[in-house]
Amino acid sequence: MTYIVKPRLHHPKLPTNALGYTHRDYEGSVSTLCAGCGHDSISAAIIQACFELSLPPHRIAKLSGIGCSSKTPTYFLGQSHGFNSVHGRMPSVLTGANLANRDLIYLGVSGDGDSASIGLGQFAHCIRRGVDMVYIVENNGVYGLTKGQFSATADKGSSAKRGAVNSDSPIDLVAMALQLGASYVARSFSGDKAQLVPLIKAAIQHKGAAFIDVVSPCVAFNNHPGSTKSFDYVRDHNEAVNQLDYMVERDAIVADYAPGTVETVMQHDGSMLRLRKLALDYDPHERISALTYLQQRQAAGEVVTGLLFVEADHGDMHGYLDTVDSPLNTLGEAELCPGPDLLERYNAAHR
Amino acid sequence: MPQPIKSVNDFVVKFANVNGSGSASANALFAKSVLRMGIPASSRNIFPSNIQGLPTWFEVRINDHDHLGRRGGVDMMVAMNPQTWEQDIAEIEPGGYLLYDATKPMPASRFRDDINVIGAPLTEICNRTYSDPRQRQLFKNIIYLGVLSALLDMDVPAIETLIGEQFRGKDSLIKPNLHALQLGRDWAIQALDCPLGLRLEPRDKVGDRIFVSGNDAAALGAVYGGATVCAWYPITPSSSLAEAFQAHCQRMRREPDSKKRRYAIIQAEDELASIGMVIGAAWNGARAFTATSGPGISLMQEFIGLAYFAEIPAVIFDIQRGSPSTGMPTRTQQADIISAAYASHGDTKHVLLFPQDPNESFTFAADALDLADRLQTPVFVMMDLDIGMNDWLVPPLKWDPARQYDRGKIMNFEDLDSGKEFGRYLDVDGDGIPYRTLPGTHPTRGAYFTRGTTKDRYARYTEEGPAYVDNMQRLLEKFETAKRIVPRPIRRDAIEQTRYGAIYFGSTAPAMEEALDLLEARGIHLDTLRVRAFPFHDDILDFITSHERIFLVEQNRDGQMRTLVTTELEVDPARLVPILHYDGTPITARFIVKAIADMLAVVTLAPLRKALP
Ligand SMILES: Cc1ncc(C[n+]2csc(CCOP(=O)(O)OP(=O)(O)O)c2C)c(N)n1
Ligand code: SF4
Ligand SMILES: [Mg+2]
Repeated sequence: MTYIVKPRLHHPKLPTNALGYTHRDYEGSVSTLCAGCGHDSISAAIIQACFELSLPPHRIAKLSGIGCSSKTPTYFLGQSHGFNSVHGRMPSVLTGANLANRDLIYLGVSGDGDSASIGLGQFAHCIRRGVDMVYIVENNGVYGLTKGQFSATADKGSSAKRGAVNSDSPIDLVAMALQLGASYVARSFSGDKAQLVPLIKAAIQHKGAAFIDVVSPCVAFNNHPGSTKSFDYVRDHNEAVNQLDYMVERDAIVADYAPGTVETVMQHDGSMLRLRKLALDYDPHERISALTYLQQRQAAGEVVTGLLFVEADHGDMHGYLDTVDSPLNTLGEAELCPGPDLLERYNAAHR
Repeated sequence: MPQPIKSVNDFVVKFANVNGSGSASANALFAKSVLRMGIPASSRNIFPSNIQGLPTWFEVRINDHDHLGRRGGVDMMVAMNPQTWEQDIAEIEPGGYLLYDATKPMPASRFRDDINVIGAPLTEICNRTYSDPRQRQLFKNIIYLGVLSALLDMDVPAIETLIGEQFRGKDSLIKPNLHALQLGRDWAIQALDCPLGLRLEPRDKVGDRIFVSGNDAAALGAVYGGATVCAWYPITPSSSLAEAFQAHCQRMRREPDSKKRRYAIIQAEDELASIGMVIGAAWNGARAFTATSGPGISLMQEFIGLAYFAEIPAVIFDIQRGSPSTGMPTRTQQADIISAAYASHGDTKHVLLFPQDPNESFTFAADALDLADRLQTPVFVMMDLDIGMNDWLVPPLKWDPARQYDRGKIMNFEDLDSGKEFGRYLDVDGDGIPYRTLPGTHPTRGAYFTRGTTKDRYARYTEEGPAYVDNMQRLLEKFETAKRIVPRPIRRDAIEQTRYGAIYFGSTAPAMEEALDLLEARGIHLDTLRVRAFPFHDDILDFITSHERIFLVEQNRDGQMRTLVTTELEVDPARLVPILHYDGTPITARFIVKAIADMLAVVTLAPLRKALP
């Protein structure tokens, strides 16, 4: 199998964004995933979000673990550095990368096996550290790449293609992220671009640990009726708490929403989130009630989607560590090496 | 009764204590006082994996001739722990001395009649002077130091100065400590004929040397070498390295005005995460390291392989111990050689550095950061508990103010913008080392996707066999380059022509040097080579082939360095005679002498007998 490069010819009339880039400048190479795989729709949403935000692609670093989902960074943002690390350990690599250069945008892409099974520990710890990142789990409830075994988000009682029945309780990464202190928590569905793109855009602008669980059906191993990760199930049981309109401050237009159903959230960088409320009793600023709501709907068999929680001024790991403003990877001898005099003092103190 | 041992400035004092009884600072005070008298000394903690209540020992080697490794045997035992009484008494050399707390009478059967017994009523003095039980316990240690000061004729003002330095800022504690010291001295001077056969005479032989632990020095080397990211998970005996890095950075690495930190330290959730963070940071252009020990290295295996194949710098300090977690975590060994050299899955091999003491730990720490960047690969600094956690007397640390960090081959914005060709895994210079770019450098050039081995020279995805082989061959080429730039081995030739050689490395150095002198005095001459790095420099093969037999001295059971040498240099294993010490205590000069002399007696019976005195 060889890498398929897309021709780089631009149609002169392709629309450009504020930076003069076209949609094509945010694409990667041609996907090698199964036709119809939910993961490809997420890649498309990421491309769309970055294009609309007019992000310089090279200022984004995309990191992933191992799995079909973790392969996707090859299929978007071809001008960005990418890192396909090891299974379940993307969070630590991303944390290290972020420590080295606080000025880039970090996009972590993972699967449910990658994050909820082998990598549950790293998932938890990078969230509680408040790493400034967008952490997307492309959640299909199975191990796609190794051909259909259960992941830790698989439904209890569901059966695999080869007949095994899952008797373990599923892990809800959204509930965990809320509990672990993520300052931006959302869930969406790969098939709902209208909901997903604004969620990704807002997550990118958010400073701190932003987590998005995206239900992403695996057409090869987990799209049968009854699976809560199938297209049909999510369409029928989607309980959207709100719909997000994301706008960068400079073009903030006051939209004409019915009073009482729109809520504006100012992000750290001054950009605005507008939440169109679908569930009127839902408040995305309350961690505890978010958890309760999530679990109530889940008990009713519903998949809650939308922005579940956001805390705009939560801060991030660099803030907690009190590191200097310039990226650590730009410091040289002058800033880093204490020099011979201090060494002489050290020597003297050890005589 | 053999003659009481008489010696000036050449003996071993061992303190047997109970962990957590406050003896550590009194014992350290003793060692430092010897140094302040200008007499070379070293000290070793032998301690259990426990916080309070179990036996612990502190051994001080005093030697005018700078033999500061462990010698073996004890001339003066300060036996403060009834639990280990039998074993402590047994360790004393015939004619040696025992100092113990004679407050409670002991039956004669519990002593040996070939040693000199000094019973000091330590508890009685304490009970008489102090009412608080905590004080009774703490000052007992200072009182036995006072007794020793008289017995060994120590320089009292030197001890007093040290006590002053130790309690600087807590001045109210100085006086009671000085008083306790005096109580011990007074008793000894009154009750005994001081000094004894063992005596300290002031010298001027310490010079400008410093007394430091390897972990502290290595951490400082990481600061000087420009490390900005440290990710670690606590494990004895490596934790004090990361903690020392924190302490050094706090003092030396703050932005002058804002006081913000020019470093980031993360205590990770485990060793997998520590090494992952190091790799992420180094991929993104920061100098990063982790410190761990054998069990941590085991956990890091997968990531180490990724770093090798993806060619990412990473510095790993392995402070070796007697492995597993319920093994001998607080004892020393050199037993991770193979697991580090070939760490991970697939065809991997890694650069290892073997510092011999804290001074070299400092230098190698900074060198490792340069080497990792230059070679774009993991570099292990193979220390051990003996170097890492004990204070050694070593030359002062030096830093060349003109030294520049070698950041290796990184293409910057100008390189890319000027249209220089970039292929992440292209061997442009013929040394096997490709160029890399850092994320965020250029809007349209130099981005690439990092992954294991499914890639071609331009980092494009491919699973083709020839591309894989091409890449693996280049990695070998790179290892050849490593061979030329890692620290070279150091050879020392015997005063007489000899057919025998010895190879050693790491913390074995001081014991080995003493052993060579002792062997020489017995007419046994050995050329030696101290290995300082893997991959092995050609000098090592030359050394082996130019000697009939080589003794390979190491501190593990399986002769791991011997395995590595035989495999990598393709030499006949029969040429390499293993000399193995692995009981968890640091190797001793006497052990080496006996092992080599015994071996020589076996392998070369007739000619050697003539040679022996
Ligand atoms: C240490 C290790 N164990 C096992 C594997 C095999 N493996 C590759 S992908 C994968 C599961 C991926 O599942 P998920 O993260 O859900 O991704 P998906 O393919 O479903 O998108 C496994 C077990 C591996 N690569 N590494
Ligand atoms: S196996 Fe499933 S997850 Fe993997 S590419 Fe195919 S549909 Fe997507
Ligand atoms: Mg999956």
